[in-house]
Amino acid sequence: MNTTVTAKTLNIDGVEVPINGERNLLELIRQADIDLPTFCYHSDLSVYGACRLCLVDIAGRGIQGACSTPPEPGLKVRTQTEEIREIRKISVELLLANHERECTTCGKSATCQLQAVARKLGIQKVRFQPVHQPRPVDRSSLSLVRDPNKCVLCGDCVRFCSEIQGIGAIDFAYRGHDAAVLPAFGRDLGEGECINCGQCAAVCPTGALTPRQEIDEVWKALGDPTKMVVVQVAPAVRVAIGEQFGLPPGESTRGQMVAALKRLGFDRVYDTAFSADLTVVEEANEFLTRKTKGGKLPLFTSCCPGWVKFAEQYFPELLPNLSSCKSPQQMLGALVKELLPAELNLDKKNLVMVSIMPCTAKKFEAKRPEFAQDGMAEVDHVLTTQELARMIEEAGLRFTKLQPESFDMPMGFKTGAGVIFGNSGGVSEAVLRYAAEKVTGKKLANPDFHAVRGADGLRIVEVPVGDITLKLGVVHGLKNARTLAEKARRGKCDLDLIEVMACPGGCIGGAGQPVSRDPDIRKLRTKGLYEVDKNMELHKSQENHFVTECYQRHLGEIGGKNAHRLLHTHYRNRRRMAGETITLGDGPESEKVKVNVCAGTNCFIKGSQGILHELLDQVETEKLQDKVSLNASFCFEQCEHGPTVSVDGKKMQRCTAHAAKAEILEKLKERKL
Amino acid sequence: MRAQAKLDSNGRKLVKIFTILDKHERKPARLVPILQAVQEEYRYLPQEVLTYVATALDISPARVFGVATFYSHFAIAPKGKHLVRLCDGTACHVKDSVPILDAIRKRLKLEGKKVTTDDMLFTVETVACLGACGLAPVVVVNDQVYGAMTPAGAVKLIEEIIAREQS
Repeated sequence: MNTTVTAKTLNIDGVEVPINGERNLLELIRQADIDLPTFCYHSDLSVYGACRLCLVDIAGRGIQGACSTPPEPGLKVRTQTEEIREIRKISVELLLANHERECTTCGKSATCQLQAVARKLGIQKVRFQPVHQPRPVDRSSLSLVRDPNKCVLCGDCVRFCSEIQGIGAIDFAYRGHDAAVLPAFGRDLGEGECINCGQCAAVCPTGALTPRQEIDEVWKALGDPTKMVVVQVAPAVRVAIGEQFGLPPGESTRGQMVAALKRLGFDRVYDTAFSADLTVVEEANEFLTRKTKGGKLPLFTSCCPGWVKFAEQYFPELLPNLSSCKSPQQMLGALVKELLPAELNLDKKNLVMVSIMPCTAKKFEAKRPEFAQDGMAEVDHVLTTQELARMIEEAGLRFTKLQPESFDMPMGFKTGAGVIFGNSGGVSEAVLRYAAEKVTGKKLANPDFHAVRGADGLRIVEVPVGDITLKLGVVHGLKNARTLAEKARRGKCDLDLIEVMACPGGCIGGAGQPVSRDPDIRKLRTKGLYEVDKNMELHKSQENHFVTECYQRHLGEIGGKNAHRLLHTHYRNRRRMAGETITLGDGPESEKVKVNVCAGTNCFIKGSQGILHELLDQVETEKLQDKVSLNASFCFEQCEHGPTVSVDGKKMQRCTAHAAKAEILEKLKERKL
Repeated sequence: MRAQAKLDSNGRKLVKIFTILDKHERKPARLVPILQAVQEEYRYLPQEVLTYVATALDISPARVFGVATFYSHFAIAPKGKHLVRLCDGTACHVKDSVPILDAIRKRLKLEGKKVTTDDMLFTVETVACLGACGLAPVVVVNDQVYGAMTPAGAVKLIEEIIAREQS
């Protein structure tokens, strides 16, 4: 063997360690199996260097943060010295002094980084007095709970929301003692731009941001003998829930999970992968119809509720490009509430639909008014993977010892296509498996489309199908989605189909999944889902005979009237902030012509500032101050037809300054002013 | 009469905001000078105007709010008609600026964290050195500097303004 040493090395605690392109010392130190504590370091996010826990002593340089120091050959690094240990302890003690230390009742108990670090550093006493006054807990969001009393100001949530999701719903505000992470203007999370993906909670090292829990409501339903409680489980849950019980990530525990659900008292256990198959059939048909008949393309997938709210807020003109298919969760909910009462002669009021999701945004989705029939929600309660694990623990079930059981038929039957919905690229592949056979009229020999698989956040692939080539975009992380959506808005996107998942890696990386700091976790869970697919007999949604039967018996034609009633939905323009108005005048309003010019994001881009400017000029030059009340408003939620101007309540879409002026003069004439 | 004047001034302010945004080419990096200019117009940073600025710069309102609350120069609540600033830098502090502050706040019935009177006539703030240490302790009322101030003297200044306002 050639023993020439070419690798550059540096010295960590007396051991020479090779440098292999690590971005910073911290990565290298962890590579060398020394787990330096951190709060604010997250490999997906930019380096912040605030928590001061990863401090190391570098010979000749003194004490520095490992996260913000690039590795250089020849450095002598010490990770443990008396001085460093003392600094780390003081940092953590100071955080603990202001932290609400009600660990036993905290949602992050046992997965809290602050708790873990305090234990590792052997902190037994907090020497400092708290200076913070208790602040109210924000429970306004349907998906998340924000407890400012537990925030350590590491900023992971802030950076995830802006760097990966491109939203910035929360940010640092104020400074010094008063510094806090807040939604805009210190409002509640539920009123703002938050799209409920919950990744802030997933990266939060403490209990400052946690998924909202619905366990109590579900226990109550399960304990009520007059209720029939049906549950559906999303694909991504089965390869992650085992982690809560000490099993390796990615291992499918489908059988034990179903057994646990039955032991908890659920009357029927259905699989969201069944309705994912149904989604494939509906969505692929919608796609092929658009592709062959010249409909709106690219078609964006719509199964991710985080993405749907994002599109509603920022890309109203693309809403016609969103697949009108409901998400698998809502499809199954709609079917269960439609079919079971008739089949079992049951009062619909006594049927409770629960879903187990890897996702916090599904909690929001289930409460959307579009998804309620006669005031009754299609899905009553949404539990995250974490919440289900907690219920299993509460019931004292030894998860790993449970005898595997199987899903109930017919809505527990699925193909591999429905299962891979849980990872990024899965929906695209499932659609391809359907579209390829439909287009060519021939059986696919191999159902795998490796081209669409992968971990990159933005993937563009071309897949030949028969005589045509389909161009697909597969994205996760909404900042990536924004890149493609911007192109589509400008008409510069030649893709046919774009799959969007808000969470990194798709649903397997959802914020409802067990908390993990393992950087490989998403890969392992994704691998787990592809293995489940491989081990199944059927891989194409069109082979799901219960889906076929469902069409024959209940739904009629694919994409037909009944299918549309139950399986499709519509979207709406949504303002990003709760309403505000810039008042440009006051005094008695009753007589005046009321003019409101929209100054929301979309109308702004479309030139509402110019309209506002011209109208202000008109009011001034024609001395209409006491005849016209002019205001700038934030969003009439009619964005796709913006800019919008309202004159005496009449909404003028695609309005121009000229048209608005004419309308104002008309109204003045009517009033003989 | 007053209503009409207000419509005029609000409208002009907004046109001014347009000019400010255009002058700074709607660059997010210019957020601080933009906010400074906006505050010149409104004397504070109204929420809806901040939302408008965020929209125009294509950054999140939470980020704009964060910047606006970070710097003590920016006010997110309306200020009173008369701004009373008391220096509490080292020199003024050792020359007993605190009793002056207490006296002013007591006269204006400002309690707790409140800095602006209910009638929106006064806002009382402390600043950390005005560079006029030779005159310590210093009070500045609407940009007029008063040196070697005493609690009684400060209250007298306030009384004078109130008297002027009432006449």
